Amino acid sequence: MASNGGVTWRRTEEVHVLAVDDSLVDRKVIERLLRISSCKVTAVDSGLRALQFLGLDEEKSSNGLNDLKVDLIITDYCMPEMTGYELLKKVKESSAFREIPVVIMSSENVLARIDRCLEEGAEDFIVKPVKLSDVKRIKDYMTGEGEKERSSKGINKRKQRDSFDDLSSSPPSILSSPSPISSSSSSSPSPPSVQSASAPSSPSPLDSPTRRVKMASSK
Amino acid sequence: MDVVNQLRRQFVDYSTSLHREGILDDQFTQLQKLQDENSPDFVVEVASLFFEDCEKLINNMGRALEQQQGVDFKQVDASVHQLKGSSSSIGAMRVKNVCITFRSFCEAQNREGCLRCLQQVIHEFSLLKNKLQTLFRLEQQILTAGGSIPVIE
Repeated sequence: MASNGGVTWRRTEEVHVLAVDDSLVDRKVIERLLRISSCKVTAVDSGLRALQFLGLDEEKSSNGLNDLKVDLIITDYCMPEMTGYELLKKVKESSAFREIPVVIMSSENVLARIDRCLEEGAEDFIVKPVKLSDVKRIKDYMTGEGEKERSSKGINKRKQRDSFDDLSSSPPSILSSPSPISSSSSSSPSPPSVQSASAPSSPSPLDSPTRRVKMASSK
Repeated sequence: MDVVNQLRRQFVDYSTSLHREGILDDQFTQLQKLQDENSPDFVVEVASLFFEDCEKLINNMGRALEQQQGVDFKQVDASVHQLKGSSSSIGAMRVKNVCITFRSFCEAQNREGCLRCLQQVIHEFSLLKNKLQTLFRLEQQILTAGGSIPVIE
């Protein structure tokens, strides 16, 4: 199977999600949400355990076994010892796992926090409590619909971090990719202006994580 | 058949009242939707985990607030934050709301305020636990009588 370090477009195989949350109640809920959405789930209670799991995984996949390959990491933000943000950074800094999409969950709807996570390479940011529609949205853009959009967003963010003045050498398709996230990163003044940055062919406003934030804050 | 309908009506009324009183919010309904034949006891299981978690956290808060040498408000806040999180995840709205107020008192390092909130948490938790146990009992009665649990939107 064609594999570039973790982003493998599976139509027939189940998506394997690594869920990280120190709360037992939340772990139980996220596990159920993912299972009912036809995902394989491994739930751990800390960032450290998540990294350990990924480490084990790497060994096994080098033997050609893809069973335990992680397709997505969904992690709580507020955790003792290692926060979800720190876990995100570690994943994105590793050459082996940087391709794995990471979604952050948090009970606090803080724009600065959301921005920081998205800038660091998070795919999405979910304000708790997590609902079935949140999981469905994430799964949708992993299994095809928004796949092109998502991977170009991911590359865009990495490009910005690695070579800020190297943009001219980037392939045109990436630069021209309409991406509300990249256009708003590091300087989002307020939700309304971020939303208006959405280009026509970008995911529908409801799918944009910042839109999700606005919806949450208007509750 | 009449018994089943009666029980089902009782269930709907009771469930509606819990929502009306703000004891449960939409998140609880979301969890009920996740229950099916593959996971028939999901809600009861989550509730049990929540009750255990709650009791543990309440004890932690109580102990921390009792410290004569000086209250570690950060520690209290950490426990309240956790309780706020899990009560939000299960749809325990009143418990969650008390936690929000509780956190402001922690931030203000107001021991009296914290103690009052702790009492409120204990009160709301007991109320929730009783009501949920009644709800689950009703569900069991419906199933035993051969009926199905109504889905409440």
